[in-house]
Parts: sequence; structure tokens; C-alpha cells
Amino acid sequence: MRNLKGIPASKGIAIGTSFVYQPEKPKIEEWKVKNTRTEIKRFQIAVEKSKEQISKIYAKSKEEVGEDTARIFEAHLLFLDDPALLEKIKNGIKEKKLNAEASVAKAVEEFTVIFENMSDEYMRARAADVQDVGQRIVRNLLGLTEKSLDKLTFPSIIIAKDLTPSETAQMKKSFVLGFCTAAGGITSHTAIMARMLEIPAIVGLGEEILYVKSGQRLVVDGKEGNVIIDPSKELVAEYQKCQQKLKALRKETLALTQIPAMTRDGHQVEVVANIGDVNSAKIALEYGAEGVGLLRTEFLYLDRNSPPSEEEQYTAYKAIADIMGQRPLIIRTLDIGGDKKLPYFDFGEELNPFLGWRAIRFCLDHVDLFRKQLRAILRASKDRNVKIMFPMIADVDEIRRAKKILNEVKAELKKLGILFADDIEVGIMVETPAAAMAIDILSEEVDFFSIGTNDLIQYTMACDRTNEKVTYLYQILHPAILRLVNNIIKTAHNNDKWVGMCGEMAGEPLAIPILLGFGLDEFSMNPAAVPKAKEIIRSISLEEAKKFVSSIMDLKNVEKIQQRAKEIIVEKMGKNYMQF
Amino acid sequence: MHEITLSVRNEVGLHARPAALFVKKANKFKSNIDVENLSCGSPKVDAKSILSLLTAGIECNHKIRVRAEGEDEEKAINALKELVDSNFGED
Repeated sequence: MRNLKGIPASKGIAIGTSFVYQPEKPKIEEWKVKNTRTEIKRFQIAVEKSKEQISKIYAKSKEEVGEDTARIFEAHLLFLDDPALLEKIKNGIKEKKLNAEASVAKAVEEFTVIFENMSDEYMRARAADVQDVGQRIVRNLLGLTEKSLDKLTFPSIIIAKDLTPSETAQMKKSFVLGFCTAAGGITSHTAIMARMLEIPAIVGLGEEILYVKSGQRLVVDGKEGNVIIDPSKELVAEYQKCQQKLKALRKETLALTQIPAMTRDGHQVEVVANIGDVNSAKIALEYGAEGVGLLRTEFLYLDRNSPPSEEEQYTAYKAIADIMGQRPLIIRTLDIGGDKKLPYFDFGEELNPFLGWRAIRFCLDHVDLFRKQLRAILRASKDRNVKIMFPMIADVDEIRRAKKILNEVKAELKKLGILFADDIEVGIMVETPAAAMAIDILSEEVDFFSIGTNDLIQYTMACDRTNEKVTYLYQILHPAILRLVNNIIKTAHNNDKWVGMCGEMAGEPLAIPILLGFGLDEFSMNPAAVPKAKEIIRSISLEEAKKFVSSIMDLKNVEKIQQRAKEIIVEKMGKNYMQF
Repeated sequence: MHEITLSVRNEVGLHARPAALFVKKANKFKSNIDVENLSCGSPKVDAKSILSLLTAGIECNHKIRVRAEGEDEEKAINALKELVDSNFGED
């Protein structure tokens, strides 16, 4: 039995076996290049590829740990656009005739040294970020794939020299009992992520921790910063008791998030989650989500060379449906096109991809693909509360055509004696202004609506939210948007249809009292946003929300509305609540 | 050329999120923009480079001088002033 002391980074107790993670750093050789222009081109391609990879990791982290913690990857993306870094690397190639790998390594090293010598601990931790990005570029230059921790096969305590943000983001969280790293401080990304995920972690343990071998028994006490190697039976028993106590305490805290989202005057709404895979389904329930308001099915289609089979899709949908039990699970059919392309389909050149061949438009032209997905969804609906949602509807005929195919698939399954929920609810996303203005017409064909505010705002304000010159127009509390959303909800209710919202607006604290006042029935958001949203809903009465709405609908500019929205949140939740 | 001296008042200084916002804002303009940390006398850094800006170690209560030169220099200075004065929307 041996004891090591480090810096406590995330509290909690882990008892288990160690897994020593030793990533191989790509070996960088240096040579002189002849054609510097092709070398720069090669570097630029690697940068673009790195951007794509980081964007994906960013999206995944947002779902798992929330926007705030995931923002580190936004900074990583900025590094890849950083003129100082890019110039340094290009100059190395141009003037010193260095190969791209060596030039990247040199530039990264220069910044690392600067950061490591800064007095502020936070800044010293940023050295790891620059290295993470640098290594990614080098890997892409060498055509190497990332060796991430997603290959873990059983629950372990991870031991490493240090972990990069992208390594931490990509590991299979359910197999990570705890972290012990030789380097790092409490503001390192590993530490921040560990706290978000409530995984015990100790950093700054020094080189000695690296003498531990994979498979050794460990106790990690994240609160005290102690690692016990080969603990005695008595000690393990003691820590197990402690662990149980902590579990009970955690249960109490989580129980609070499991309370229904009911306003003070007894009006109950549904708070559900937007998810993108099996893993996030479990996380959603832990955060107190009451089901799934949006399952993005693209995860099954991306990063591969051919579309997924019906069986593969069925297995994935069923796994999520089983986790949800009798809770609602809204599965959105494939939303591809726009900025998301598939390598195994030719989308052709489009001048305006966002106004082009995407989502339901694409699926109605690829009926075989669409049928396969619908069959898989229907099969997963047996004895479960599954609902189908079609994206990007602009015209009632699109729903009719999609439903016709759905009915054909149902008939096929019946013929084959395959069971499914025959009365499965069918809804659409309201994300085109056309759909928003024709809710009464569309109501004849659907059971429910879900407002997709991200696209709806883009299309309504006619602004591309990725174009920084016009993002000032992308305002969820814009009077035009509030009127539109109000109108959608009112018209749907007049036609006896329920309305949900699965865009970012639904989880935005400032928007929640307003949406409540409009009468929104279901709020769907990233899992991490659920506890906060439920807390806000419970703090206010429907009566107050309605009054509030009528007092702001005449305001003419966004700043005033924001101001008022902040005021009501502060009034209900206290002053310290406004930390955003 | 346009320049302005500003006090950074938000809690974390020009780190993390605020630094990212500052750089993103600076990149919206065509002018060359640089930042000097007057409180610790570090050299001028490119306001469009997040890495350079981070190395300037700008913390809460530090004074910075922002300088812009180019066709939209005045607009750039105003926009950056607004961002810093609003404490990056932190309160």
C-alpha cells in the first residue's frame, strides 16, 4: 500500500483498477522542402481538416457538458484562424524551407514556452491547449488517426501524464471511474470536464504516478487529493462506506432535478432533451429530462462510406427507446444537406445549400433510404412512446407524401407480422417561415409541432448565423421572432395540437418565462440545460408569465425586451443567478 | 489612426471567453488593430490573434490601449470600446 498526494481537482471517491494511458506522440522529422508552395497548401489542408474535427468534438461536448465547458473548443477553432500562429508556421516553410510538420512543431513550441512562463495559473494551463491543436495538425499532416480513449473496454481509473481537452472530450465517459494525472492544475480542461461530469480527479501528482501499471488496484479520493495504490481490504471497506454516503447525498441533489416542471400555480409543462446518441440519452435522464424532444439521427449516417442498414438503425433506436421506457422519444428523420453532407451521396454544387436540397426534400427524393429509416423507427416503437418528426417542412404536400410512404411501410410490416405502434404520433418541425404562417393548414395532417428556432430565426431574419457580419440580426428575443412564435403556438392550440420547441431558445433562461406565457407545452434542450430550466419554470406562476408577456409584446427593440427578461429572472431567481 | 485607453473590469480579464469575443469582434474590421497592456508594460500585440492577446496577460483592473489603423478604424475602436465597457456582457 502506497499513498500519493496531488491537487484535488474534482471531488468524489473512485475505487477500481488502473488504466495507464500513454498516447504516442507523433514523431516529427525535419527536412528541407523544395516546393514551399505545395508544402503550404498541404499545411492548409491539414488546418481545414483539423477545423472539421474540432467542430465535431465541440458539438459532442456541448451535449455532454454544456455550452460553457465546451467553449474551450471554440477557442481551439480560433487558434486555427490565428494570424500570428499561421504566419509563423507559413514563414517557417517559406523562409527556412522547413517541412510543415517541423514548422508547426516549432511555432507551437514557441507559444508553449511563452504560456508556461506566465505567472497566472490559468494561462499556464493554456499551453496544453496550444499543444493539443498543434498535435492535431501534425497528425493530420501525417495522415494519422487520433488514438483516443474511446477504446476503453471496462470501467477504469485513467492514469496519464496529462490529458488534452480533445482526449478528455472523446473518451467513453461511462467507463471512466476517475482521473489521475502527473501534470495539470485545477483549471486544466481535464479538471473542468471532470467536475462537470462529476468524476473524481486528481491532477499534479508528479511523475511518480506514472510508475503505476495497468490493472493495479487504486482508491482515488478526489476531495483530499489522495491516491492509494494497492490499498488494504480494510481501507477499501472504509472508502466504500464513504462512497455510499456520497451516493446518497448525490441522489438527494439529483432528486431535486427530477421534480416535475410545474409552475407555482400548478401548470405543468414537459422539459425534455435534445440528444444525438445512446450515451446522451442516459445523461439526459440524470439531468432530469422527462424524455427526448429531439433525437438527431444524423449520428448514424455521418463519418462512414455507406448508409446504415435498417438493422443497425433499429438497434440504435431501440437502445435509446429502452432507456426512455414510457417517456416520450421523438425521432427526427434524417436532416442532411445544408452544411451537413454525406460522402456517399452527391449533393451537387448548390449556390444556397441552406435553401437547397436538404432534410425532407432530400429524403423524399431518396425513398429507399427514407423507407429504411422509417421501418427501423416503427420497429423500435413497439411498446414504447416513440413519435416521428419530419424536418424542414414548407408545404403541406411534403407531409402528405412523407405520410404516404410511412403508411406503405406500416402495411409492409403488418404483412410480415412485425409488431409496431400503429397509432404512432407524427409531427413536424416548424423551421421555415412558410410552415410558421400555415399552422392551421398543416394541423390537418399532424399530431404535434416542434419549433426549431435555430433555422426558423435564420430564415425569418434572413441572416446566416455563421456569418459574423450579420449575426447581430440573430436574436432570439427579437420582436419579430416573439410574434411569430406566439402565433405558431396560438394557432396550433386553436387546432387542438400540442407544441414543443427544440431549438436553442427553449433552453435559454431569458426566453423561458416568455415561452411559458405563450403557452408552450414542451421545452426540449441540451441535457445540461434541463436543471436550470426546470428551476426557472418552478419559480414563476403561469399567471405572472402571461402578464409578463403582455407587458413586453409592444416593446419595439430587442435590448428593451432583454432588459425586462433579465429583470424577471433576477426577481424570481435572485441576483446571483444572472451569471450569463 | 484611432486609439483609446480602456479599463478592463470584468472578473477574469481578457482570458477565455472574453478574449475570444474580443478577437472575434476585432476580426470583423479591416483595419490593423493592436492592443497594449499598459498595466504591465508588455509589448503591443495583434488584436486579431487570440494567442497573442492571451500572452499579453490582461487581467481585471488592467488598463489597455487599443489602436486601429485603416478604413474602418473609428468603427473598430467604438465596437471594441463597447464590448469592454459592457464587461463582455457578464453582468
